[in-house]
Amino acid sequence: MAVQVLKDKCRGCKLCLRSCPFSAIIMKGTNAVITEKCNSCGQCVANCPFEAIEKTSEGGEAGDLSAYKNIWVFAEQREGKLMNVALELIGEGYRLAREIGNDTKVCALLIGDQVDHLVQECYAYGADRVYLIQSPLLSSYTTDGYAKVICDAITEYKPEIVLYGATHIGRDLAPRIAARLNTGLTADCTRLDVKVSSYIDYAKKNTTLNTATLDPNDPDTGLKQTRPAFGGNLMATIICPRTRPQMSTVRPGVMQKRDREDGATGELVTITPKLQETDIRTKVLEIVKTAREMVALSDAEIICSGGRGLGNAEGFELIRQLADKVGGVVGASRAAVDAGWIDHSHQVGQTGTTVKPKIYFACGISGAIQHLAGMQNSDVIIAINKNPDAPIFEVADYGILGDLYKVIPEIIAAWDDAADIYKKSLQ
Amino acid sequence: MKIIVCVKQVPDTNEIRINPETGTLIRDGVPSILNPDDANALEEALKIKDQYPDTHVTVVTMGPPQAKDMLMECLAMGADEAFLASDRILGGSDTWATSNAISAAIKKIGDFDIVFAGRQAIDGDTAQVGPQIAERLGLPQVTYVSDFALSEDKKTITVKRALEDGYEVVEVQTPCMLTAIKELNKPRYMSASGIANACKAEIPVWSAADLGVDQSVVGLKASPTNVFRSFTPLPKGKGMMLEGDDEKELAHNLLIQLKSRNVI
Repeated sequence: MAVQVLKDKCRGCKLCLRSCPFSAIIMKGTNAVITEKCNSCGQCVANCPFEAIEKTSEGGEAGDLSAYKNIWVFAEQREGKLMNVALELIGEGYRLAREIGNDTKVCALLIGDQVDHLVQECYAYGADRVYLIQSPLLSSYTTDGYAKVICDAITEYKPEIVLYGATHIGRDLAPRIAARLNTGLTADCTRLDVKVSSYIDYAKKNTTLNTATLDPNDPDTGLKQTRPAFGGNLMATIICPRTRPQMSTVRPGVMQKRDREDGATGELVTITPKLQETDIRTKVLEIVKTAREMVALSDAEIICSGGRGLGNAEGFELIRQLADKVGGVVGASRAAVDAGWIDHSHQVGQTGTTVKPKIYFACGISGAIQHLAGMQNSDVIIAINKNPDAPIFEVADYGILGDLYKVIPEIIAAWDDAADIYKKSLQ
Repeated sequence: MKIIVCVKQVPDTNEIRINPETGTLIRDGVPSILNPDDANALEEALKIKDQYPDTHVTVVTMGPPQAKDMLMECLAMGADEAFLASDRILGGSDTWATSNAISAAIKKIGDFDIVFAGRQAIDGDTAQVGPQIAERLGLPQVTYVSDFALSEDKKTITVKRALEDGYEVVEVQTPCMLTAIKELNKPRYMSASGIANACKAEIPVWSAADLGVDQSVVGLKASPTNVFRSFTPLPKGKGMMLEGDDEKELAHNLLIQLKSRNVI
């Protein structure tokens, strides 16, 4: 057993120093700190007026963690519409919950003002239960407001896993909650597993990992959170063995949502938030929409992307013509965005949007690893590049070695006649 | 005003290559740089100092001893003071443990009006440490800041916070934590006088004991998350290079392939 001071609750009153029979507590700055002299007697725990000292078992034995159950998904909504990633995560949570078994449920955590119409939507996509937290103070997202009501709910209901979309809201919110609850958080996950056997299957199919050291019969169902690191050069699987809940943000566009099941029902738990206006220290004055294509990018069936090989900003005019012809949207590599040729909202890659369209045109994109990380799961990749050694050709299904300014106009010209051209080729 | 900027020295991930035979990272010769988003955070602090010369800008980092080089660069850009938290005990910290160490360093530096940080570092891409420091310090936060304005009394800050499809305008009072993105500004270069000042500057190095943190809150063992396994992704198999005598034939052959596989 170990005794620890919760730094954010400690007010520096020094009452614990006096209560300790072993002089094992000292002040460092404004916080009390437990030193090695501590023999875990727990005197200080009882004497702290702010509940800032707690006694935990070292290394967190299973007994401490067993109180935590079910998988929660932060059902992010904006302006009364659920984000796609929320539906994807309900689908993923559904899959993981069934793998864990033991009556584990996937629960949607729905927060906002007048968003009860979305409860049915959560059920339709697979949620077994919805926790609904509504207040006019939650009408637009604020870090303070959302973090408070979620921390309160997690503390009360003790989920085993909490998943958030790795959106600008999820990535603002989740670390704040993880810090307050003193638990782990893994960012931008692209793969989640609970069963070791599933993890082995995934690793064998997709990675260079030697799975010989893993036991497929291992009963462990801790969350294995796989994410790209070093700009996609490396993948790491992260675990959170000693604290609960286990929390991840997950990249939009990666997980599968379930087919919509109209009329599906579930259990509704309404939580009355303990929230005051003064809890929220930021004020959202205005929400402005500018780009529409960013949203389109992750849902697009066809993406036409341009890179450094375009040579200038005007090159994107040709990319746009191609996109218009094939019914796609315009993407870009980081090099093109950094050159200022196109807005960041078009960026595909590790620091941009992850995409997996049916067809991905990579035009004048060399294939930096950070770009590949964001698009290599596309069904069909077509690369057009002047450089025969460009790494993009290593992942392309079809490579065209040539000048994109000559090749693309020919593709545009022939696109509508593709059926005829194909028929002729068979003769 | 007093501004603290959290910075990180990172390997330039654009320069990292994979050894195709072993599947391992080639990190030799990869330069260490000031994390790009952090440069934007520092630039915004320096812009405030340009406008209000009595502003004091302090940079702080956690890292190995050679992170001093990056702090020198920050001083040469115009920061007034720099601190390095460096200790073996801090090694292996995840974002939770890192934020414990850096917030302890910030408390040691003293009072401030704004803490700036970059949104995320290019080696980890987590974007977690900024908000976690804010939580430790009990500060309101605004992340993804793409535009910044300070009221005349220097108490109220109005920022644009970037969203995927636009932005929101957010008002917050000092003291607060803001995380910067590339769109916020264009970082300045080091100046000649700045370099001269940086060469003269002392950069204090703080141990974990100096920060008042121990192995219960920092380092590998305290970190709630651990690396279970790491590996390189399997490269997708190489496809087909299309052939043709001219661009037209190449284009046609592409469409024939797409049709034959029912892609279009």
